[in-house]
Amino acid sequence: MSVTTEAPVTQGPSLKAAFSDYISRVKAGDIGALPAVLGLVALCAIFAGISEFFFTSRNFANLLTQAAPVIVIAMGLVFVLLLGEIDLSAGYAAGVTGAVLVLLISNHNVPWYLAILAALVVGMLFGLILGTLVARLGIPSFVVTLAAFLAFQGILLLLAGEGGTISISNKYILAVENNNLSVSQSWIFYIGAMGLYVLSGLNRINTRRKAGLKTELIKLWAIKTIGLVVITFVGQLALVAERGDPPRISTKGIPLIVPVILLMLVIGSFVLNRTAFGRHIYAVGGNAEAARRAGINVKKVRTAAFVICSGIASIAGLLFASRANSISPTTGGSSTLLYAVGAAVIGGTSLFGGKGKMRDAILGGLVVAVIDNGMGLLGYGAGIQYLVTGGVLLVSAGVDAFSRKGANAS
Amino acid sequence: MTDPILSLKGINKSFGPVHVLRGVDFDAYPGEVTALVGDNGAGKSTLIKCIAGIYTPESGDIFFNNEKVTIHGPRDSTALGIEIVYQDLALCDNLDIVHNMFLGREVKQGFILNEANMEALARQTLDGLSVRTVKSIRQTVASLSGGQRQTVAIARAVLWNSKVVILDEPTAALGVAQTEQVLNLVRRLADKGLAVILISHNLNDVFEVADNISALYLGQMAGQVKKKEVTTSQVIELITTGKSTPFSGVRS
Ligand SMILES: Nc1ncnc2c1ncn2[C@@H]1O[C@H](COP(=O)(O)OP(=O)(O)OP(=O)(O)O)[C@@H](O)[C@H]1O
Ligand SMILES: [Mg+2]
Repeated sequence: MSVTTEAPVTQGPSLKAAFSDYISRVKAGDIGALPAVLGLVALCAIFAGISEFFFTSRNFANLLTQAAPVIVIAMGLVFVLLLGEIDLSAGYAAGVTGAVLVLLISNHNVPWYLAILAALVVGMLFGLILGTLVARLGIPSFVVTLAAFLAFQGILLLLAGEGGTISISNKYILAVENNNLSVSQSWIFYIGAMGLYVLSGLNRINTRRKAGLKTELIKLWAIKTIGLVVITFVGQLALVAERGDPPRISTKGIPLIVPVILLMLVIGSFVLNRTAFGRHIYAVGGNAEAARRAGINVKKVRTAAFVICSGIASIAGLLFASRANSISPTTGGSSTLLYAVGAAVIGGTSLFGGKGKMRDAILGGLVVAVIDNGMGLLGYGAGIQYLVTGGVLLVSAGVDAFSRKGANAS
Repeated sequence: MTDPILSLKGINKSFGPVHVLRGVDFDAYPGEVTALVGDNGAGKSTLIKCIAGIYTPESGDIFFNNEKVTIHGPRDSTALGIEIVYQDLALCDNLDIVHNMFLGREVKQGFILNEANMEALARQTLDGLSVRTVKSIRQTVASLSGGQRQTVAIARAVLWNSKVVILDEPTAALGVAQTEQVLNLVRRLADKGLAVILISHNLNDVFEVADNISALYLGQMAGQVKKKEVTTSQVIELITTGKSTPFSGVRS
């Protein structure tokens, strides 16, 4: 063998090796979820220290339902951001599809499940148009979706009628953002979800071991898993505690939106990490030319990402309708889209494409919601809230750009 | 003499008014390294892109194992067993080594990616090529050195029992040690029975590993010769003037 400049490095299975592995990943531009998690914990600690109400179970449950629509839009945006594209119209896509849902149910007596399906189809159609314009005609996504942002806003105005709101009273739709699992259901859900998480982790380690491959360090995996169990257990305790106004109203249990979002997380992560399509999304975002030469249909992948993004926005539309009992001409407007993009980026998704995860949407969405909620509790107005959220977003995008520079320098 | 596994006859390719390839004949033989040389803009990259199916020639025939074939896209050439390692490396920085090696041809179980299987195969291929310089095959390509990246690109090309591997200036950006490493790898590919086509501007490299040398001059094939039968200066003449003082044997 010839002289090699890099000596082969053998790695003992130790936490130290895992740590140096993490450092080299950070240097390669992959900072992982740690900063967002730490940021979230720090924010919660600060607000809890200042405001007593912040850590009450009522506020916690409220926070989750408040954050949900933005998180869901951000989940869809991750697909588009992974390509290095942007969808500025996702917020109003949620508004329009929400309006379609409400109008079909309230004015046309369409069964709720068919109405949800119709809203989803409308969303996907929007995505198909956007994706086709971007992928086939090569118009920059910024321009296409900026145009769509205006157009969807117009459609929403037409559907809702000037200044009017269209309301909904269907109990299934309202349940999504307003109902809770019962306490026993909550425990079953929590234990089931944790059990599945641990089992899938063990299963992954086991499969790799059977195939004779280097396995993830068990110790490290255990630390991560225990950390997750502890943090979520605290949340679980808060959610099963009484947060209503007994004996008049009793409210407790996991908000229904939590399992909904977790289900989306599982499906989305599965698509991104375990299917060829997901792999191709990362590939196109990382190096579209390389993807094309590898025989990947880049245009199809691009189009599909926009279809998914707008399709998922229709779920956010449902959440908006459910939360407010209505859709108004501003639903999904103002800061919704910017918060959603911010959420994905704060969670760790790169605006340059090729890097990002489903969970980023949740982590970042929670950060955004915590700032909103906490600053509100402290009595700061919207002005300060926007300033702080903007600052956090800038820091996240800066970290992204900086880590990317580090990766290119190597 | 064995028959060429890949044989191009009279290939013409223009970009608008620019006639880049003019009736090019070109052959590559199994178990041999064929160097494709020529000055900047001679048409080397264009020629291999025609083989890869990225460009479609206006006229000319491509024979594979003595059978006439048509190549209309990357998938066609891949199906034949032709793999190209591009001058500008076609790797995704954000994906790890295994992902890159299997990009576009992922191993699946149903519709789920079979990561364990892919990783084992990747490991096997790298070991088979005696590649020992990468720390972990689960590290992203962004963290690799130029030589390591080139190694990954080459390993990716031989993963599929390919028959022809084309390398476009694989050592252009490498230092001495890494160049040596890659050239060794190139030689091993040919020794395994593959037909290797090596594009290079470095005649030292060419004379070190090649069995045959084909020189393009302004889009025309100036000569396809055996390395043993020519000197460096004759090859330089072919590259710079398209002609050369008589040498012992011209193949074909
Ligand atoms: N896509 C294209 N459109 C127009 N002209 C092109 C295109 N690709 C190549 N050419 C032209 O074709 C000629 C041959 O280019 P090619 O890249 O094949 O040369 P090469 O031999 O690979 O050169 P180098 O050694 O610099 O890589 C050049 O004059 C180039 O300008
Ligand atoms: Mg070239």
